[in-house]
Amino acid sequence: MATREVISTGNELSAIAAVDAGCTFFGGYPLTPSSEIMHVISDLLPKIGGTCIQMEDEIAAICSVIGAGMSGSRALTATSGPGMSLKAENLGLAQMAEVPLVCVNVMRGGPSTGLPTRVSQGDIKQASNPSHGDYRSITLCAGNLAECYTETVRAFNLADRFMQPVIVLLDETIGHMHGKADLPTVEDVKAGIVPRKKFDGPADEYFPYQCEATEPAVLNPMFEGYRYHFTGLHHDKNGFPTEEIETCRKLIQRLEDKVMFHQDEIESNEEFMCDDLTGAEGEVLIIAYGSVSLAAKEAIRHLRADGIKAGLFRPITIWPSPAKRIKEMTDKIKNVLVVELNIRQYTDEIERASGRLDIEGLYKVNGRAISPHEIVSKVKEVF
Amino acid sequence: MAFNYDSYLRLEKMPTLWCWGCGDGVILKAFIRAVDKLGIKKDDMCVVSGIGCSGRFSSYVDFNTVHTTHGRTVAYATGIKLANPDKHVVCVAGDGDALAIGGNHTIHGCRRNIDITMIVINNFIYGLTNSQTSPTTPQGMWTVTQKAGNIDPTFDACKLAIASGASFVGRETVNAPRKMEKLIIQAIEHKGFSFVEINSNCHINLGRKNKMVSAMENLDWIDSITVSKKKYDTLSEEEQVNLLPLGILKQDTVVREYCDMYQDIIDAHQGKRAKITQDDFTKKI
Repeated sequence: MATREVISTGNELSAIAAVDAGCTFFGGYPLTPSSEIMHVISDLLPKIGGTCIQMEDEIAAICSVIGAGMSGSRALTATSGPGMSLKAENLGLAQMAEVPLVCVNVMRGGPSTGLPTRVSQGDIKQASNPSHGDYRSITLCAGNLAECYTETVRAFNLADRFMQPVIVLLDETIGHMHGKADLPTVEDVKAGIVPRKKFDGPADEYFPYQCEATEPAVLNPMFEGYRYHFTGLHHDKNGFPTEEIETCRKLIQRLEDKVMFHQDEIESNEEFMCDDLTGAEGEVLIIAYGSVSLAAKEAIRHLRADGIKAGLFRPITIWPSPAKRIKEMTDKIKNVLVVELNIRQYTDEIERASGRLDIEGLYKVNGRAISPHEIVSKVKEVF
Repeated sequence: MAFNYDSYLRLEKMPTLWCWGCGDGVILKAFIRAVDKLGIKKDDMCVVSGIGCSGRFSSYVDFNTVHTTHGRTVAYATGIKLANPDKHVVCVAGDGDALAIGGNHTIHGCRRNIDITMIVINNFIYGLTNSQTSPTTPQGMWTVTQKAGNIDPTFDACKLAIASGASFVGRETVNAPRKMEKLIIQAIEHKGFSFVEINSNCHINLGRKNKMVSAMENLDWIDSITVSKKKYDTLSEEEQVNLLPLGILKQDTVVREYCDMYQDIIDAHQGKRAKITQDDFTKKI
């Protein structure tokens, strides 16, 4: 596949990717360190006849995006942790009513107002279930500049495929990083767009929420002759509120199963320098994601130079987690170190998936990045 | 011949969950007659409701319908309208929706003057959830959260809308369905943010403990606190204090609508016009 070289920032690449992926609507509210996404897309969207609106608050921003998504547009919002907290309830409505949209969260230090201009990966757990209730979040995490572009594109396609919000996690380091990225061509991106399914039969035979037990709803855009109902309440095949026991059970089970039965379409990992790991004594598996994975890669080069055979497992799809692959890797390699800019948020998931309680961790929550040197020292200290 | 509502209703959803004698049904019928008179195609109309008794409004009418989270009707509607500027978008919200949890969205919808019609059904109480105080519950009335009497000052929804910049503001009551229908027609026809407050009864959850146990008593009370704008304007400030004016309270046809203005941004970015400057606006601050 042909590529092109672009010099840019993570936030800017995410905005450009959205427009290349067919996004025509952005509703946002300024929030450091994500604001540059709105700065850039507010220029890009009007150029193609789309709309960018700065709403009155984070809640209004997500609501406007859901509204645009309901009516058929590819729609984006961008924020950081405090905004995610405010958007949570309405992200829940989008899960329940099965409205596709993309929400980029450029993570900063938390909780609360936290460290607005400094890096963190403290929103990992939040991303798995931002709002109350049962559903499966799809969360992608960019680990380098190019992925700020490619994962945003993928998020739009996944949102339309599974008819739900898709969260793209950047972190402050990646979002503000400025450098070279090899990107797919716009033509390839456009050719890869998979629009959401549409029903084209007679309107009286259309039941948007009547679908197979492991498939998403088929929601035709508004204003095209298929009138139905969106609601955050438990609903029937036409979208109307119901409390009928089996209908309620099937609906929520389907929200779970439509994702978990198709994990192969969603999962994406990188295994860096893992090919020669055989499970021999002394080998080290580092698990990291987002900007931390860049430091981990550098650390692995140093460790190997020092004679320690190490490799990186990097989940790009954070939720649903690549549990099966994590189990395979951690079954094989004894020394496992998880490195993250939070306290154990993904380590808990690694422990769950691996069934092991002896996973080592390197955590930092002071708004500063983890250096390759710190990872090297930690590996030498604990293994 | 009597008006036939059937083609606009989702008949399989009948009967409604509204209580016997509730004003919401009167508003539903007036709204349907208004849409019919305007000749708007059902496919071209989107009705967005919030949470509360009024929230069920959208599920009974055969348009493109959205039942949103509590208070967020205008925010959802803004996305729908901006993505589909040639379609009609109507919000139906309760007093809790529009003035409490969603007050910010009401203010900013008005300020933007986006072409959305917002019908606020004000029954002066949280009805669906059993009589909690609303921002419009009169002081001194009993609510389940203020059993010794409500001390919270009330909102005048229309004054808020006027101050926030809505270009069309009007109020009617369920006592006058034909006037209400006319007001809704004028509101939908108006290009810009149209704010319509309809005072409605909740004899079950407002009236029961406030000496208005029947629908008629509640409606009589609404009648006693409302007066036509024409008459209201002749009254002294002291006489106006306990009265709400009815009719069109504001209509500004000069101020520009938001989607129209956004087209200027599109045109500027596409090089079809110069950048927007302060000279484009009469109001500078």
